[in-house]
Amino acid sequence: MPQTLAEKILQGRTSDPITGPGQIVRTRLSSVLANDITAPLAIKSFDAMGASKVFDPEKVYLVCDHFTPNKDIDSAQQVKIVRDFARKMGIVHFYDGGDSGVEHALLPELGLVGPGDVIVGADSHTCTYGGLGAFATGMGSTDVAAAMALGETWFKVPPTIRATFTGVMPEHLEAKDLILLLIGKVGVAGATYKALEFDGPVIRDMDVEGRMTMANMAIEAGGKAGLFAADDKTLAYAKAAGFADTAAIAPDPGAVYEQELAFDISGLSPQIACPHLPDNVRSVEDVADVTVDQVVIGSCTNGRINDLRRAAALLKGRKAAKGLRLIILPATPKIYKQALSEGLLEIFMDAGAVVGPPTCGPCLGGHMGILASGEKVLATTNRNFKGRMGSLESEVYLAGAGVAAATAITGRICHPAEIVGRK
Amino acid sequence: MSYTGAARKVGTNIDTDAIIPARFLVTTDPLELGKNCFEGLEPGWINRVHKGDILVAGPNFGCGSSREHAPIAILGAGIPVVLAHSFARIFYRNGFNMGLTLLEIGDAANTINEGDQLEVNPESGLVRNLTQNMDIPCTPVPPFMQEILAQGGLVGYVRRQMAEG
Repeated sequence: MPQTLAEKILQGRTSDPITGPGQIVRTRLSSVLANDITAPLAIKSFDAMGASKVFDPEKVYLVCDHFTPNKDIDSAQQVKIVRDFARKMGIVHFYDGGDSGVEHALLPELGLVGPGDVIVGADSHTCTYGGLGAFATGMGSTDVAAAMALGETWFKVPPTIRATFTGVMPEHLEAKDLILLLIGKVGVAGATYKALEFDGPVIRDMDVEGRMTMANMAIEAGGKAGLFAADDKTLAYAKAAGFADTAAIAPDPGAVYEQELAFDISGLSPQIACPHLPDNVRSVEDVADVTVDQVVIGSCTNGRINDLRRAAALLKGRKAAKGLRLIILPATPKIYKQALSEGLLEIFMDAGAVVGPPTCGPCLGGHMGILASGEKVLATTNRNFKGRMGSLESEVYLAGAGVAAATAITGRICHPAEIVGRK
Repeated sequence: MSYTGAARKVGTNIDTDAIIPARFLVTTDPLELGKNCFEGLEPGWINRVHKGDILVAGPNFGCGSSREHAPIAILGAGIPVVLAHSFARIFYRNGFNMGLTLLEIGDAANTINEGDQLEVNPESGLVRNLTQNMDIPCTPVPPFMQEILAQGGLVGYVRRQMAEG
């Protein structure tokens, strides 16, 4: 029976024959991850379950990235719990301090996740690895505790929505615009319990970083996973990152989809998610008069090197608007060093940006750029729920790195094309 | 086991940042988290709540992050049951894993008013609105998930499974 991408990847890790959506399958896990917020709860549950060791010390990843560098005493205590557990269990991939980065940017770059993997993480943006052709999904800490102990979990095989993108990618448009377009169309609960599968010529032309940006936000439509076929681009990325075994993965022709969506993106404008939900999406022209107090470029959605290059191309020789705070956080140490060697950080600093360490900090209103009441931010992050980045009376707009850089320069939400060619 | 309590209503697409904002995620203690329950929706919300109240929500309750602190905060606030039009996927699993009873009641969520006295029976799948003298049937909690709830959540359930070998 022809299989969707979700069915095909899950089939690779289970001995149960997969017959279609709704079936519950027990699946072996390629890896299991948690961060400094969710790992302490997972460890508490792990101990309470009576577990004494993790299923594989090389396959449990613990990344301290949310409130790090530790923002206060309480968060330092949380990280200490994770560090002690990692030492006790002999966890090989524990990241803290100078080798840590935003988990969903860090693990792919280290070759620790790749095509064909089935991964659960105590973080909702675990779905990012779908960009590499992995079935990856977020769960709570206690489910993850059981997964850390057993190396397996159960899944209900999801029905799949296939989204096909065709047309000519307009200049200045980026992967973020496509996923915001989709979320605006299906809504924040439109893909609940379902897998999203992305296809079409635009997707096949897209680089792996862009695919991860799109997969990252599948959860913002309620999705269980956001999946891309593993093609030559994926395999080259995975191989360069040092991921062990790589084979191409594609859905079978004739696979059955619950719903098919088609998007022609020719002539599309950059997309902005407006307060206070990720599905409140409008074209940049419709919000062009909105002034902002802060711009944040970073996160597991858009903190990768191509995002920084895109921002730097606009910010080069220009300044952030007076009174606007521009905060740029490269997502990993490797990205940071790459940006340094390419001269991007100097461009950012000359533009008046604060260049900070890799951290999730401001995205979830943790630290490193919290908003006061009445303030507005445009961020390249993934959620704009009320109060997400600070005061309940603040507002978050979401966009790609190009719009973010352009907005930083003018102080109001604007199209990158407006900046090009002006001094 | 059935629950009786007053309805406390919240709206549509209530996300986990509304249930418990990230700045409070520096502890795993249920009572500490409970003190700040819904602080991201309305400051001081918890002061209007009494132990045993039943939360009634619109569609997509619990969307957003995977933080298990969200169901823990609701339990820590003294709320044992959430009735919603529908739940977001990760929250649904987390709720049962933490021992929080969740029932989907669809559009009937609209008929319940703030403060209505409710009686909830998860086993039979019946919600009775005592104030309005109205019965709301819903899908019962499946037996194995009732067992998870009876053990106080997944940890207790797994321990029991292991003890029974």
